Amino acid sequence: MASLLRSLFLLLIVQSFLVAIAFGSNEVEEFSEALLLKPLPDRKVLAHFHFENRAPPSNSHGLHHHLFPKAISQLVQKFRVKEMELSFTQGRWNHEHWGGFDPLSSMNAKPVGVELWAVFDVPQSQVDTSWKNLTHALSGLFCASINFLESSTSYAAPTWGFGPNSNKLRYGSLPREAVCTENLTPWLKLLPCRDKDGISALMNRPSVYRGFYHSQRLHLSTVESGQEGLGSGIMLEQTLTVVLQPDTTSVESNMQPSWSLSSLFGRKVVGRCVLAKSSNVYLQLEGLLGHGSKNVDTEIEAHGLWKNADFELSLKPERVLRESSSFLFIFDIDKSSDSEPFDLGLTWNLPSKWSCQQAPLHASRFLMGSGNERGAIAILLKATESQEKLSGRDLTNGQCTIKANIFQIFPWYIKVYYHTLQIFVDQQQKTDSEVLKKINVSPSTDKVSSGMMEMMLELPCEVKSVAISIEYDKGFLHIDEYPPDANQGFDIPSALISFPNHHASLDFQEELNKSPLLSSFKEKSLVRSYTEVLLVPLTTPDFSMPYNVITITCTIFALYFGSLLNVLRRRIGEEERFLKSQGKKTGGLKQLLSRITAKIRGRPIEEQSSSESPAAQSSVLSSKLIFKIILVAGAAAAWQYFSTDK
Amino acid sequence: MAAVNRDNEEEVKTDDGSPKIKPRPIVRLGIFLIAHSPVFSVVFSAAGVLALLLLPLLAKNTYISENALMPGSARSMLSNRDVSDGSKLVKDIKNFRLNHEGQGVEVQKLIGKYMSDMGAEVSYQKFHPEGNQFHPLHFFSGPDSYTLLENVSCASYGVNVAGIIRAPRGDGKESIVLVTPYDFINGGDYEDLSLGIVSSLFSLLSRVTWLSKDIIWLVADSRYGDYRPVAAWLTEYHSPSFKVSDLLKCDEQNTADNFRRAGTMAAALVLKVDGRSEKFEDTLSIYAEASNGQMPNLDLINVVNYLAVHRQGFYVKVEKVVSLLSSSWLKIFGEIFEAVGKLAHMLNPDWNFGIPAADYLEGSATLASSLYSQALGIPTGPHGAFRDYQVDAITLKVSPRFPPDSKTRQHDFFLRGARLLEGTIRSVNNLLEKFHQSFFLYMLTSPSKFISVGVYMIAFALLVAPLPMVAASLYIDGCKSLTNSTDNPTENFKSWKWLDAAKQVFTLHLFGFIVTLLPYFICQVPGQHSPTNRSIMWGTTSSSLLLITFVTMPGCSPFSSRLHGTNWAILKSVTISAAFIGLCLMSIINFATAEIGALLLVPTCLMAQPIKPALRSRRLKSLLGAFCSIVLLTIGFPVMFFAISKGLLGEGLVGLSLGGEFWTWLESLWAWKSATYLYIGMVHLPCWLLCLCILFHPS
Repeated sequence: MASLLRSLFLLLIVQSFLVAIAFGSNEVEEFSEALLLKPLPDRKVLAHFHFENRAPPSNSHGLHHHLFPKAISQLVQKFRVKEMELSFTQGRWNHEHWGGFDPLSSMNAKPVGVELWAVFDVPQSQVDTSWKNLTHALSGLFCASINFLESSTSYAAPTWGFGPNSNKLRYGSLPREAVCTENLTPWLKLLPCRDKDGISALMNRPSVYRGFYHSQRLHLSTVESGQEGLGSGIMLEQTLTVVLQPDTTSVESNMQPSWSLSSLFGRKVVGRCVLAKSSNVYLQLEGLLGHGSKNVDTEIEAHGLWKNADFELSLKPERVLRESSSFLFIFDIDKSSDSEPFDLGLTWNLPSKWSCQQAPLHASRFLMGSGNERGAIAILLKATESQEKLSGRDLTNGQCTIKANIFQIFPWYIKVYYHTLQIFVDQQQKTDSEVLKKINVSPSTDKVSSGMMEMMLELPCEVKSVAISIEYDKGFLHIDEYPPDANQGFDIPSALISFPNHHASLDFQEELNKSPLLSSFKEKSLVRSYTEVLLVPLTTPDFSMPYNVITITCTIFALYFGSLLNVLRRRIGEEERFLKSQGKKTGGLKQLLSRITAKIRGRPIEEQSSSESPAAQSSVLSSKLIFKIILVAGAAAAWQYFSTDK
Repeated sequence: MAAVNRDNEEEVKTDDGSPKIKPRPIVRLGIFLIAHSPVFSVVFSAAGVLALLLLPLLAKNTYISENALMPGSARSMLSNRDVSDGSKLVKDIKNFRLNHEGQGVEVQKLIGKYMSDMGAEVSYQKFHPEGNQFHPLHFFSGPDSYTLLENVSCASYGVNVAGIIRAPRGDGKESIVLVTPYDFINGGDYEDLSLGIVSSLFSLLSRVTWLSKDIIWLVADSRYGDYRPVAAWLTEYHSPSFKVSDLLKCDEQNTADNFRRAGTMAAALVLKVDGRSEKFEDTLSIYAEASNGQMPNLDLINVVNYLAVHRQGFYVKVEKVVSLLSSSWLKIFGEIFEAVGKLAHMLNPDWNFGIPAADYLEGSATLASSLYSQALGIPTGPHGAFRDYQVDAITLKVSPRFPPDSKTRQHDFFLRGARLLEGTIRSVNNLLEKFHQSFFLYMLTSPSKFISVGVYMIAFALLVAPLPMVAASLYIDGCKSLTNSTDNPTENFKSWKWLDAAKQVFTLHLFGFIVTLLPYFICQVPGQHSPTNRSIMWGTTSSSLLLITFVTMPGCSPFSSRLHGTNWAILKSVTISAAFIGLCLMSIINFATAEIGALLLVPTCLMAQPIKPALRSRRLKSLLGAFCSIVLLTIGFPVMFFAISKGLLGEGLVGLSLGGEFWTWLESLWAWKSATYLYIGMVHLPCWLLCLCILFHPS
């Protein structure tokens, strides 16, 4: 008993010592988890999981981390990544209904497939090498074919059109990458609680992948400590955005569907991840300003906010925050337990209708032309209804203008003619100098590098529509450059439209506690939207005919070797001499034959050999030939008949 | 030993007695064929015609080549609820029509509202009803040569309604198009039914989760024909003009330019409901021919046919020439083939190529229709507009067996029609790649039987095979006779003898080219003219042009004196070569045209010979030959052939209206940019004229 006590005591001492080491530096590794739920106007629900993991700048414990995933920190150290973002997306973000002018959409509306960009902290000459190594490392880490971004034909180095201005930035995307659980599982492995506990326990694979939109993102940035001898800290932000359709039982079509966490995900939250510093659930409701009371402090009013005639929440929120156009309900899942799991539900009592804030211009992109030779890519920007309300206009020289950056990568087999760039503003063709403020073009090189176009448009605020078209030629690929499903066509990655003068942020009226999700929303983020991926049908050879190829090759080989052998073997001079000698003396059988033919014809024998007209000769030949053919055909028919009859 | 014998036999002795090395076998074969060209040309031509007649026997059963399609493997998800949605739309439209007479636009709004209620994105598109105008320079240019018409009247324009369902988890790269032509002003009850079928389906598709391609439902305003609205919508989809459109100015209704697109089109289905079926079952007719004999991928037809026959129990048919079904000569052929087939089967049970005579008749009637529609080069429905953009499309014409106002049957009809479309869409939706696996070059002899290019090429190859042979043999003959007659054996001159004939051939081809362009200028003549007048104008200008050609270039005239005229054998040789080249070129562009053209042109060219010596000799054989060539030349004249083919198709034509009919026919050919028009003007007509020249040759 005493020994047991002693050992326990020892253990306690050791533990406290360890804790003292861990918390020795002024900052510690922090992990926080959050979930934002948001009903969308088109009867869907958006769920945004947000996990943040911070490793402070320190070298006190070397490469050892408590919470921070070692794989990521090794990645950062090895390739000297300054900032990096990787996203896996399935489905399309609906800018009209799900919003385009809030931090959530501008950061989480990603192009289909895989998108990766990274800024490196290495000398300019080593950026490409680092990028290539990074793609391979990530490919292994996330079970995805990110390594295809290694080839110089698939990535580009945007200078200013993408966002972060840096010449050490590389950007690439793989539109055809299929996203599934095999990508989610390694992503979850980076979390300290994986999906066993806390908010991430909600991620039931079938319900996550049943959604209309699914985007998992990993963003990491290094924070310079500023102190000598101290390494840089890393901030890892992992988000998963899903748009789900709640099961509706109500017949009324204008009624918003009611839902709860368990009905959406099929699971409930039982307690938080114990390693997380904060673990919150947020519910954002837009367009409820009609109920916006002046004073939210009083208990009754706050109660009225979450339980009123319009809708009802199943749990009482900890706090209610007000934003310019929405309310944010904050819940803490600390109180939940096994017996009483956290199951937030929203029940609508009255039909409700609202609309999301839209980006100033709605972008769409499509292909023009027909046939396998030429075509054009057109980008259409249309003014949205919410444009007038938006701030961020540039009022230089008394003119109200909207700036729009367009960043676009073209694969090399899309040979773009940059001189054919045409810009129509409100259906009037404009010269480049009128609307184009800046343009940066790097043309593609065949089979070496992809083309890239960045341009900055300056448009008047009252613009209704802008159309940009640029012509291209379709290139020919070498037979071994075609992917396995070449007949599907080839993808042109999404173009990125960003509005450098417009920034989206949620502006909360109250001062917040330090929730990473909310602080990231509070930061001003660039309003951006990705266009559709385009499918270009290229001319493809008929791959399904290996048999023909083999046949033709064999024929050619046979012809080649046959004639070669002929040439090598034959001696023309010898043959001529032989023929001459043959001409003098005729063989016995031949004489016999000629005699028979002469008898049949009733002519003397001498005539036959001396002068015979070619026509007569050919008629002899033809009759003989026909006889032979008939003989052979007869034999073949007989053989066929007897061979198959049995 | 035998080989040596043969060698010795075939050895050709030269003048000095020394043995010459025999030519290579292929050369010998060529010489042999040329030497016996009359026999071989008869054999080959007959074999060509026979091969054409044999085609229905050689037809293979269709099969689904692309495994990914998997038609009918999924259970239909269409429920009664969806069908009642469709029925409701039809009822609403009917009620609306009764209450608001002649307000087409509002019907469009109604359909648009239904679409958006189902969760689709709706857009309206205005278009000009004016069709394509003939312009000689735009003949082969693509459909993107979109010219804005200057004076647009706001009074007449059509409005298309398009709804797009976005695939929930799709990436939006591809789409499938459903088209229902609908006359918003005076559409009949049957047209309403097509809307009902598609809206039932649309209601389902807005809920399903398996979609990977977006679905577009286009309700085309068929007031101005079926084809034009679809073509206009496709033009707007693929090559919009970003400039100010005149149509937007006359904006009496608020259809702002919110044209929506949904990626590359994978396939398109046009659905029409018309007329009552004569059969006991509901009938489904498949139309596939697009412009210039282009066909959609056979797999698309296969999928529809499979689902219609094996799942939904439709009676599926393709178009056929009805008059051929009762023709006795074809029946005799059918019986002969049947007998031969039976005999072969008796000899060897494995030889199963015989088919019943009735099947043969049916097959040949379908094949003739297939050949005719492909040769004409005019699309047989709105699906033709899609082919211009390399989209596989077919038109499905459904004829219900009940009158349109029968409510009870309507539900069942909607259910089956929508299930058929659902299955087809599901198959196309499964497809990862575009249609490429199955045939593009084929002819149908029944909905489930086809003849691939490898088989039907044989008939054409056999037909045109004699042409180079005869040309070569005639050339040799002509050279010989010329050297004999002129008594001036200068070697230099000898090799250029064909030049005179070539000049004549070239002149007449140039004439043909001008005649081809003439209609454009005749169309420019101010004032309204009837087709008959125009054809007379065309006829007179062309014949006067021909006269001028003959006067200015005496070498070309058949009536010129003997001194100017070229040797007819060489002229015929060059003519035949030109015809051969023309036919081979045409076979690449539009095979069916070349096939029918070869049927006409090959015997004419082969039989053409001067009638003067024949009349002089008064021998029965030569007189018969001359008579044959005159008959063939008469048939070969395009107008004449047109009249005969019309007669065959069972449409009587009398007198002067023939010219007008012919003009309208040609007008339709060039309006549809059919290469057949070019063939008639630039290959057939010159060759026919040259044969005429040979016929009246003064030798």
